[in-house]
Amino acid sequence: MSHVTSAVRTPLVTGGKTYADVTEDISKQVEGNPTREWTIAFTIAVIVLTYGTACLFWTWWEGLGVWGLNKTVGWAWDITNFVWWVGIGHAGTLISAILLLFRQKWRTAVNRAAEAMTIFAVICAASFIMMHAGRPWVAYWCLPLPNTLGSLWVNFKSPLVWDVFAISTYFTVSLVFWYMGLIPDLATIRDRAKSKVSRYIYGAFAMGWNGSAKTWARYEYMSLILAGLSTPLVLSVHTIVSFDFATSVIPGWHTTIFPPYFVAGAIFSGFAMVQNLVLIIRVVFKLEDYITVEHIESMNKVITLTGSIVGVAYLTEFFIAWYSGVEFEGYAFINRATGPYWWAYWAMMTCNVITPQLFWSRAIRRSIVWTFVLSVVVNIGMWFERFVIIVTSLHRDYLPSSWAMFHPTLFDISDYIFSFGLFFTLFLLFSKFLPVVNMAEVKTIIKSSSEKLPVSVSGVAKGERVANPTFNKNVE
Amino acid sequence: MSDAHDNGKFLVGIFDDDDVVLQAVKEVKNAGVRIHEVYSPFPIHGLDVALGHPRTRLGIAAFLFGLSGTLTALALTFYTEGFDWPMIVGGKDSYSPIVYVPVIFELTVLFCALGMVGTFLVSNGLGPTVKPLMYDLRTTDNKFAMAIDLSKNNIGESDIEQILKKSGAAEVNVKQF
Repeated sequence: MSHVTSAVRTPLVTGGKTYADVTEDISKQVEGNPTREWTIAFTIAVIVLTYGTACLFWTWWEGLGVWGLNKTVGWAWDITNFVWWVGIGHAGTLISAILLLFRQKWRTAVNRAAEAMTIFAVICAASFIMMHAGRPWVAYWCLPLPNTLGSLWVNFKSPLVWDVFAISTYFTVSLVFWYMGLIPDLATIRDRAKSKVSRYIYGAFAMGWNGSAKTWARYEYMSLILAGLSTPLVLSVHTIVSFDFATSVIPGWHTTIFPPYFVAGAIFSGFAMVQNLVLIIRVVFKLEDYITVEHIESMNKVITLTGSIVGVAYLTEFFIAWYSGVEFEGYAFINRATGPYWWAYWAMMTCNVITPQLFWSRAIRRSIVWTFVLSVVVNIGMWFERFVIIVTSLHRDYLPSSWAMFHPTLFDISDYIFSFGLFFTLFLLFSKFLPVVNMAEVKTIIKSSSEKLPVSVSGVAKGERVANPTFNKNVE
Repeated sequence: MSDAHDNGKFLVGIFDDDDVVLQAVKEVKNAGVRIHEVYSPFPIHGLDVALGHPRTRLGIAAFLFGLSGTLTALALTFYTEGFDWPMIVGGKDSYSPIVYVPVIFELTVLFCALGMVGTFLVSNGLGPTVKPLMYDLRTTDNKFAMAIDLSKNNIGESDIEQILKKSGAAEVNVKQF
């Protein structure tokens, strides 16, 4: 009875689309030549990436001394950027896995782009780990490989090693989940392809898919298990990232609320980034009938919820710092709010706690402009959150004689710019060469969630909402 | 492996709607026709049951692969930290299973996901060099195709065509592999 939906639900697909329309509207951008806007955006992204790569190589060639780190502040923009990107990389799998388990139909229009964003964000995050390690050519040392250095294994008790396992697993499983979702759509593109080359390439990636009932049944079962696996996985990743801090004895880091607080923050920033990307995609590719204001509003509700959780976490941290009676913990928080980095703390508070509350207003929640601006603000705020946690906790440690400030250098900034170049280059390639909306999944919700019934069948007149139960009399 | 007997002459009924094809499967089966397979652009719930396909055992494969991940992680952490080079870190025993929970969990998920997806590809005969057996190219777009293997049916071709048309097929084509 998958087609039955309450008549009071707002439609998720507008414009009376048929199955053929879905294929046409979404395949079109893959098949046509790149648009002018795409070419300009791609050129800019590649230029930024080239500049960033040059700076990155200089960082590796010269050593991490080119960054603004000092003896007191040993982690700064590198780890801030890493946690920021990993956090952004949480929305995709959340949308495709958790919302699949909750049977949220609106996920179908945004899951493809969100998962792509996840994968690229995790790549950016991983690049900061590589940078921060300083010597990327020995990055394999963080894997438990047999070696000639004696029986020197990685320390499995270290959260940094847990992170290696968590992030590589998360990346692999997200990539597999995304690719499995792409296969039926790649087959669609293959069967529509006019040129031999694209039929061959899309055909190879579609792996001979023909949509038989047996394959679909197994496919759906597999998606369900993958969703079931990804749900604890997505929660585990940022939990383990938070362990990097929480298991230490640094005041401001040594906090038991870090795992849920980081996970909520990750979903918060991830959804904000999805909003930014999806709002552009829907206009550029003319997908307003698939990614509707309804979808945007749903995501804004998630942002409001997770933003509020983050706000409560900030206040809880502050309260516990005082209530615990630990002098060092108390000072760390007073210093955050009123010390030399007060501006970072208040930027975080404003962007993450105060402005997202505007989404309680329905008009703002459904406004494209407000959503776009507030989503950018959320991601600025979430960057500051990580900066505040990392730098302000470190810069005034137990020994006042070694107190210091962190000042970013050109290379701190350029290496951050590198990640934007990388992210947008990858995302633009994705948006040109792969269908940005999951066609097969959108087709499954057409009957239950379309504004108008696309075809006249089973005695139901064209234009009638499908919530009509008599329409489903054939479905057992 | 995949449907090994995709050869010979097939009658292909093309349907315009998923609910119609689902109902048609029952009608065609009741008329005594053996259906080879139904092809659709998106999953139709209940179709595999209507066609009489057995329930997939992918879950068993997933469980076993997950278990192998758990055992690998247990063996890896036990061998390295408990046996090969015991280390005391943070005042914990050199082998203390609780701190290995993150690694055990991640490897369980990794093995389970990769193993299950691999099993899925193998059991459906999917791979980069596989040529798709398309009964109708439109089934990845907006049409639903019901393929009937004429060599597996005793009913005449024209009778099957009638049955298909009666159950709602918009067109009936012949496909020879």
